[in-house]
Amino acid sequence: MNIVRYQRNPHSELPSAFNRLSNLREEMDRLFDTSFGPFFGSTASFSGWAPALDVYEDKDQFTVLVDLPGFKKDEVEISLHQGALTISGERKQESQGKEEGLRSERYFGRFQRTVTLPAEVNAERVRASLQDGILKIELAKAEEAKPKQIEVSVS
Amino acid sequence: MSMVSQPDREAPQGQQNEQARYYATPLVNIRSTGDGYELVAEMPGVNKEGVEITVENGQLALVGHRRPAEVSGRRIYRERREHDFRRVYELDPSLDASRVSARIDQGILTVKLPKAEAVKPRRINVE
Repeated sequence: MNIVRYQRNPHSELPSAFNRLSNLREEMDRLFDTSFGPFFGSTASFSGWAPALDVYEDKDQFTVLVDLPGFKKDEVEISLHQGALTISGERKQESQGKEEGLRSERYFGRFQRTVTLPAEVNAERVRASLQDGILKIELAKAEEAKPKQIEVSVS
Repeated sequence: MSMVSQPDREAPQGQQNEQARYYATPLVNIRSTGDGYELVAEMPGVNKEGVEITVENGQLALVGHRRPAEVSGRRIYRERREHDFRRVYELDPSLDASRVSARIDQGILTVKLPKAEAVKPRRINVE
């Protein structure tokens, strides 16, 4: 399992050139992720910021919660490709203007998280909502992936 | 002008705050504006009802109570902490504690701390 926890490094300000490198690394990580069964892995972007996420499962769906305070819905991109859910976006740095920044802890810049789900989902039935800075993505399981009751016949 | 932060980390063994709870420390950006300071704190999962800001003895305490996640099923992967948020700052005496204002939107709490207006010079009458 390859899980990279997000780092606490409030002062990293890597130049945007690293983002292109991180996309390549994303692709490589994703390749390795899908070959590691049985469970999923999630990857964090190389540029140093990865919002925290949780994954829940019930018999009908998966739910992914991502902490994204301050984001508007059109600032987040969500895509699903072969069972891998990717959430990405960018938080622009607050403009300084004539104000002076005294202490800067919040992360900014691009982020990208990929979660490989442990069962097949129905790509037509994905819902996402954003409330109080938490992005909630609900993915309905494909019919084949739902648990089935097996009847026992007694003769 | 100083603002000293006294972050309340999740209490390790033996150390408890007044309510014997563990808190998470929110990330905060501080900037100085022309007439005071502005704090921007990340508190995902906190809405207006969950915010508790108190000023006491020159200390500003920002507390955010998270709404519990309304999710069905069991959690199979966890990174987020679901503790409430708390951060305490020492207020510089030049700040006007009675005019602290705050708003919260999409989990971002913005607190404005204006400086006290300069005391105007006044004439003292001699009896």
